[in-house]
Amino acid sequence: MSAASTAEPAFVAKTKAGRVTDFVDSRVGGSGILREFGRKVFPDHWSFMFGEVALYSFVILLLSGTFLTFFFDPSMAETHYDGSYVPLKGVEMSVAYSSSLDISFDIRGGLFMRQVHHWAALLFVASIAVHMLRVFFTGAFRRPREMNWVVGCVLLILAMAAGFTGYSLPDDLLSGNGLRIIDGVIKSIPVVGTYISFFLFGGEFPGTAIISRLYMLHILLVPALILLMIVLHLFMVVVHKHTQYPGPGRNDNNVVGYPLGPVYAAKAGGFFFIVFGVLALMAAFFTINPIWNYGPYDPSPVSAGTQPDWYIGFVDGALRLMPGTFGDWHVEQTWLGFVFTFNVLLPALVPAGILFTVMFTYPWIERWITKDNREHHVLDRPRNAPTRTGIGVAGFIWYCVMWAAAGSDLIATHFHVSLNDVTYWLRALFFIGPIIGFIVAKRVALALQRKDREIALHGRETGRIVRLPHGEFIEVHAPLDEYKRYKLVGFESPEVLPAVPNEHGVVTGNEKRRAFLSKWFFEDRVAPATPAELEAAHGHGHAAVEASEEAKSLSH
Amino acid sequence: MKALSQKRRHPLAAIALLLMGLLLTGGLYAVATTVNEAKASTTTYSANDTEEGGKLFAANCATCHGMGASGTADGPSLVGVGAAAVDFQVGTGRMPMQMNGPQALKKPAQFNDEQTHQLSAYVASLGAGPAIPEEDLVNGGGDAAAGGELFRTNCAMCHNAAAAGGALTRGKFAPALADVSGKHIYEAMATGPQNMPVFSDSNITPEGKKDIITFLKQIESTGSPGGADLGSLGPVAEGLFVWVAGLGVIIAFTIWLTSRTS
Repeated sequence: MSAASTAEPAFVAKTKAGRVTDFVDSRVGGSGILREFGRKVFPDHWSFMFGEVALYSFVILLLSGTFLTFFFDPSMAETHYDGSYVPLKGVEMSVAYSSSLDISFDIRGGLFMRQVHHWAALLFVASIAVHMLRVFFTGAFRRPREMNWVVGCVLLILAMAAGFTGYSLPDDLLSGNGLRIIDGVIKSIPVVGTYISFFLFGGEFPGTAIISRLYMLHILLVPALILLMIVLHLFMVVVHKHTQYPGPGRNDNNVVGYPLGPVYAAKAGGFFFIVFGVLALMAAFFTINPIWNYGPYDPSPVSAGTQPDWYIGFVDGALRLMPGTFGDWHVEQTWLGFVFTFNVLLPALVPAGILFTVMFTYPWIERWITKDNREHHVLDRPRNAPTRTGIGVAGFIWYCVMWAAAGSDLIATHFHVSLNDVTYWLRALFFIGPIIGFIVAKRVALALQRKDREIALHGRETGRIVRLPHGEFIEVHAPLDEYKRYKLVGFESPEVLPAVPNEHGVVTGNEKRRAFLSKWFFEDRVAPATPAELEAAHGHGHAAVEASEEAKSLSH
Repeated sequence: MKALSQKRRHPLAAIALLLMGLLLTGGLYAVATTVNEAKASTTTYSANDTEEGGKLFAANCATCHGMGASGTADGPSLVGVGAAAVDFQVGTGRMPMQMNGPQALKKPAQFNDEQTHQLSAYVASLGAGPAIPEEDLVNGGGDAAAGGELFRTNCAMCHNAAAAGGALTRGKFAPALADVSGKHIYEAMATGPQNMPVFSDSNITPEGKKDIITFLKQIESTGSPGGADLGSLGPVAEGLFVWVAGLGVIIAFTIWLTSRTS
């Protein structure tokens, strides 16, 4: 670059704007960055945009959150409310709650900003969840993106942490009840639980320290970590390049789409304002977290309908589903003079532990089973990976059962059913729901693959019935064009990898287990139509194809 | 006086003293409780009301509650439940009950105000019980903030902090309190209908009940300062809304944004 510029005569800008641009460019190399980034290609598909939604929600969270810090006072000192909300006038409360009420009622635009902040928080975590589901079901976590999947998982946990610390700040009755549940979970940890609780709350619950401590985590540590993880995440997106759905002319060595500049940059910039606009409309017209309804926190009252925000709901639901006794056997046990509260400890930590462990390690689990260590930049359609899709649906249903249990009381009142029955059904679904989900999703995926194969071989049904000279009726099938057919036949269909001996000629137990899982993964498969089959189908040898198809399509 | 001091070691003196003590506390308690109950009892019933009420009762209520309201296997005795209980149950349409279920449901009232008054008169005549509250206790005008504190401590665990209602066990539930008249709220607290506990005057004073009604009417008339309240049901409704409406609209936009080029 510098060699070239010395050879040519020095560039002199003609306009003032040109001179300023040249000044900056010759010092920071802006044009090089722009050339590199401006030509980054992004494939166009609606399902690729949820990460962007999460990013934009985070930007909106930073902006609205900064506004809120100007007026929020995280003190647990006692005061008497003297603002303009009449039903709480003169009520004794903490300064934190009083300042939250002032933001809501006495600061211009305060309630709007509070509601923007809270709706953005809910959308932030929801868009992360949908983004992760998209990545999982399309197999985008495979090499080289395993590390980025892990960073994404960390971001999900950080987003939940940010949400929970923020939920507790107003010090209203609802958030206090939520903190009490967390305190209970911490105290149920054997031996050290009580010490951790006293350390966290600076003494017995609720103490006078927790709000300011959570505030520091909420506005400093957690957002900083999220920002760091977002930088890592986007850096890896640039390094790995974007994935793409299968299609004609798309392979693992290219990316088909539009360059960042100018089309995609304009779209992405516009999309930010769309997300902002949707959140602003929600905040303007729909109440979220009406803290004035709940009143100041007081450890004695608990309101009906006390739930956490949606992303913590699955933990709350698991707590609600856990029985306290099995027949005469109490889940809470006293051993050696210590109380072990398993009826709190197990539901609070075990399901979440299993979910997150499987989530973090899934790329390596699948890689071990399939021995697939190649780079993948073309995504799987979910139907073309039936077992993975089944596993994803099973996990999703398991999560949803716990999630639904967090609203069991509202299910009972709004559908006029017994709360006890809701709990019994959800307990049953907790165990059988994932199994049913796995089987149904896998069968649906296989059926869709068979349909694809059928369409690729015989074309689309036109609905036109023709009578042949000898009296036979046939339906005319219209052949697909090349582009559409590519989508139906251009996918990988791995087969079962039997156990192989290692270098000493021994088949290890580990390898046997892997082979067993490989069989479970790929035993049921619908092979894509081969060129020979297509050729045969489009000629006149219908019968021959049907016979070979029978043999090929299914090997149960 | 001398006679008293002479007889103080009499074998029966202790018993006499005990009897006097019991009579005194019992009498005081009786006076206190009747003061408690009678405070709101200004409504007067004519003999005609009671008689007409008796006829209505025999025709509509006695099937379950028995002749003379003495109770059967299908319905409890109503002796001593008071006029307030009748006014609440009949006035909100819960009685006569449409069908057996976890609890009697609110429905359009079957009797008009006069008939309800007559039924109340009849049941009140069977035995002393909580009377229909006076007008000034039920029309608001108390301290909303104090009422809010009482409500959160005593009522919110079933009825929800915003009085939006909540679930109880086995299909029972605490109803939402919007659009319930102050009189019926007071009567419910005084008589404890369905699964609700009784909040007697020594538990929540009539002034406290008045404050609670004021609070409920205040939050009802204030409405929702932050826009549509999504049922005041808390984070579950909010989560459902962000997933269905928020993400739904965003997905529609993403499809629109990517539909033009590929």
